[in-house]
Amino acid sequence: MANIKVFSTPTCPYCVRLKNYLNEKNIPFEHIDVAGDQAGLQYMITVSGQMGVPVIMIDDYVIVGFDKDKIDAKLGL
Amino acid sequence: MVELIIIGAGPAGITAGVYAARKKINFLIISEDIGGQTALSADVENYTGYQFITGSELVAKFEEHLKQFSVELKVNESVKRITKISAITGTHFKVETAKGPYEAKSVIIASGRRPRWLSVKGEEGFRNKGVSYCATCDGPVFSGKVVAVIGGGNSALDATLQMIKIASKVYLININPKLAGDPVMRDKVESSAMVEVINNAATKEISGDKFVSGIKIEQAGVERKIDLQGIFVEIGSVPNSGIMDIVKKNESAEIIVDNLNRTSEPGIFAAGDVTDIPEKQIIVAAGEGAKAVLGASRYLSSLK
Repeated sequence: MANIKVFSTPTCPYCVRLKNYLNEKNIPFEHIDVAGDQAGLQYMITVSGQMGVPVIMIDDYVIVGFDKDKIDAKLGL
Repeated sequence: MVELIIIGAGPAGITAGVYAARKKINFLIISEDIGGQTALSADVENYTGYQFITGSELVAKFEEHLKQFSVELKVNESVKRITKISAITGTHFKVETAKGPYEAKSVIIASGRRPRWLSVKGEEGFRNKGVSYCATCDGPVFSGKVVAVIGGGNSALDATLQMIKIASKVYLININPKLAGDPVMRDKVESSAMVEVINNAATKEISGDKFVSGIKIEQAGVERKIDLQGIFVEIGSVPNSGIMDIVKKNESAEIIVDNLNRTSEPGIFAAGDVTDIPEKQIIVAAGEGAKAVLGASRYLSSLK
């Protein structure tokens, strides 16, 4: 099983959609709320090279935004 | 071939979808996203039936309503071209996306609007690297930072009020001599010690290394550089009508519709914020989406 991290803010609609999607598919993930977690935010910026949310990390693979096609391809959905 | 293709899944497109499903029209929806601008709205307090709801919650309700029906919904697809095909058997339309062409007897364009860009140096390169068009989405990332909001209308005031709670300082950079927008919001902004309003100021350049570190503005011929980490561009919106050359548009690139949502091309209807209807409101867009389907339904009957 891949190690999945989701970086998001509570108010971003695509973050909510991404998390709902993973929950619907019963895919467990670690959630990092970058609004309250400065270290988490810095980590997200370092790995993704940008500041937009959501960011999903599947093992070492980083996807910016709720890009369903890329996520599906990576997770074999 | 389907009877109807709806382009867009904001309030207009989703309402059109609900009406089309109930009329048992054979249709599909193609959209880049779900909810459009509504999904990015912070608080909605004027959609009848909800005294208060967030934009993303309202979109979730819309989506839930649509999914009561078995609807073919193609999300993450953007339309590249619409062409008219005239055959002896009648006229129909080809709608092309990266994933393939779709054909339909009629089309409803409900593609909405997107944020207007400043079109200054640095803006494109620093997108998501300090430049944002959605304070609701990206605001919390700038906790404790210095930010600027560019604009002077309601959306700029709204972004400023959101950022007061998050940032250490907010510059509101307005190209006009005075702030416009709702007086209640204006008062809150102008009385906040966190905000510095700079009127009569044009944004010239966004600068930085990997991320935004400054903005250059010009006020009465004098340039000023402000050090900051975040810039929220809130200078209005433009219609998503670039590829819709098949229909007539006004000087603002909005699709011209009559009171039955008909465009200049018989069989193509349009609804919501992409049209020249002046009231850009969620509830108006939803109503227009309903009207467009009723119009399309009449058109489809006339073909039989």
